[in-house]
Amino acid sequence: MALEWQVFLQDDGGGRTYLEWMFEAWGWTLSVAGSAWVVAMVSGCLMGVLRTLPQDTRLNRWLARLAHGWVELFRNIPVLVQIFLWYFVLPKIFPSMQQVPGFVLVVLGLGFFTSARIAEMLRAGIQAMPRGQRYAAMAVGFTTWQTYRYVLLPIAFRTIWPPLTSESMNLLKNSSVAFAVSIAELTMYAMQVQEETSRGIEVYVVVTALYAVSAFSVNRVMAFFERRLSIPGMVRAADVGAGH
Amino acid sequence: MKKHFLTLAFTALLAGSVFAEPNDTIAKVKASGSITMGVRDSSGALSYTLGDGKYVGFHVEICQNIIANLEKAVGKKLEVKYTPVTSQNRIPLTENGTVDIECGSTTNNEARQKQVAFAFTTYVEEVRIAVRANSGISAIGQLNGKNVATTTGTTSVQLLRKNERATGVDFKEVFGKDHADSFLLLESGRADAFVMDGQILAGNIANSKAPADFKIVGEVLNVEPIAIMLRKDDPAFKKLADDTIAGLAKSGELAKLYDKWFVQAIPPKNIKLGLVASEATKGAWANLNDKPVEAYAKK
Repeated sequence: MALEWQVFLQDDGGGRTYLEWMFEAWGWTLSVAGSAWVVAMVSGCLMGVLRTLPQDTRLNRWLARLAHGWVELFRNIPVLVQIFLWYFVLPKIFPSMQQVPGFVLVVLGLGFFTSARIAEMLRAGIQAMPRGQRYAAMAVGFTTWQTYRYVLLPIAFRTIWPPLTSESMNLLKNSSVAFAVSIAELTMYAMQVQEETSRGIEVYVVVTALYAVSAFSVNRVMAFFERRLSIPGMVRAADVGAGH
Repeated sequence: MKKHFLTLAFTALLAGSVFAEPNDTIAKVKASGSITMGVRDSSGALSYTLGDGKYVGFHVEICQNIIANLEKAVGKKLEVKYTPVTSQNRIPLTENGTVDIECGSTTNNEARQKQVAFAFTTYVEEVRIAVRANSGISAIGQLNGKNVATTTGTTSVQLLRKNERATGVDFKEVFGKDHADSFLLLESGRADAFVMDGQILAGNIANSKAPADFKIVGEVLNVEPIAIMLRKDDPAFKKLADDTIAGLAKSGELAKLYDKWFVQAIPPKNIKLGLVASEATKGAWANLNDKPVEAYAKK
């Protein structure tokens, strides 16, 4: 069972080599994951903030309930099922959705799934702060917006950065579900090419390496920002773990 | 230390062939008293499960005939173990000896012949187009600008690609993750056509909510010899398998088995596929051979 790496230089029948196709597939994986990350961060942070709003007005109470519903909806359904709902079920109910490209649907599906998890992290990050911080901000006359912008969120984001790193890496790996709705990304590439070339081991070795490299790059970028964002004097995980 | 280990692991990986044992399936099953049959969960009427660990189908039944002859050759009753395989793992599992005989829906092609051996071709698959009956599509030329579904991990994807390049017909490919999914693409209107092996199309249509809403149209896009897969370099076992198939073909039993699985009602739902043997399949029975798909294309 010798390995034959030159399989990647063969023509796939459509005028490109399997290597070229692999880079296209990698591009799709990164585009799906990248776009879904933006959707997840924007909607996740919004929902996370809404869940922690002071419960003093009727509007705020409704917004918190809405965000709570959002989180429970998207985290209680398996991600692959959610993708199928977006792709097959919703267009049955709203026929105009039939025209929406699969890429958009999978980005929304993955993004909203991840947003529920980010929202919960952010809520935990905000609620982990001493209540005095919020009261202090109110005491100096900050509006709710200013309280979040200048007092709560800067610290909360720094607190949740490590799990946010894991979540971003997860999102990249979860993007493999996109193959189920006809996005020509890496997992689909692997399944298809091993069938066409009968060199499954070579194909899976390389595709695994690409996933690992991509996820690790996400990790490094996030770690870079974690270092740059750290506030001197504030406790960081790396500083207290000296006992190992 | 770590580096040494890595080098060692890599060398072991590359030198895998050095440790390969000689392939003598007959001696192997004689010693162990059991044989492992690789089967598919849902490869149309060729090989599928009834649930509960039971596997049936045209190729499964041919394999049972081969095993009956194998039992005569080794002079004792063999325990038959069924191992479900997928398109992804069937070749490695046959190569490494997990599976002794694979009775699924494997296309015999040149690339695979470098890794495994095939018994005489027992079924010739024709790749066709299924459409919704009211779509008005009747040939591949009419698919210009349409969405065409096919299943990830099948040779039909590559076939479409080649066809598109050769004819200049420009269609958009959509991929289902399995055949049921691809059929759903057609059923839900996300795709206008589903290009796949004829018997899979027939099976999906027969099992759908409204079989009359779909039809198989157009020219045969490709023919592929489907055969039972064996380990490479094991001439004695291959001869036994080939002789069994030749015996079945000569007595007319092969045609009867075909009729039983592809024309008559089959379990579990007692649905008829109604797929009479094609000229290509009959040709393969008349002139038994183990030629790869490439030999068919040259004709």
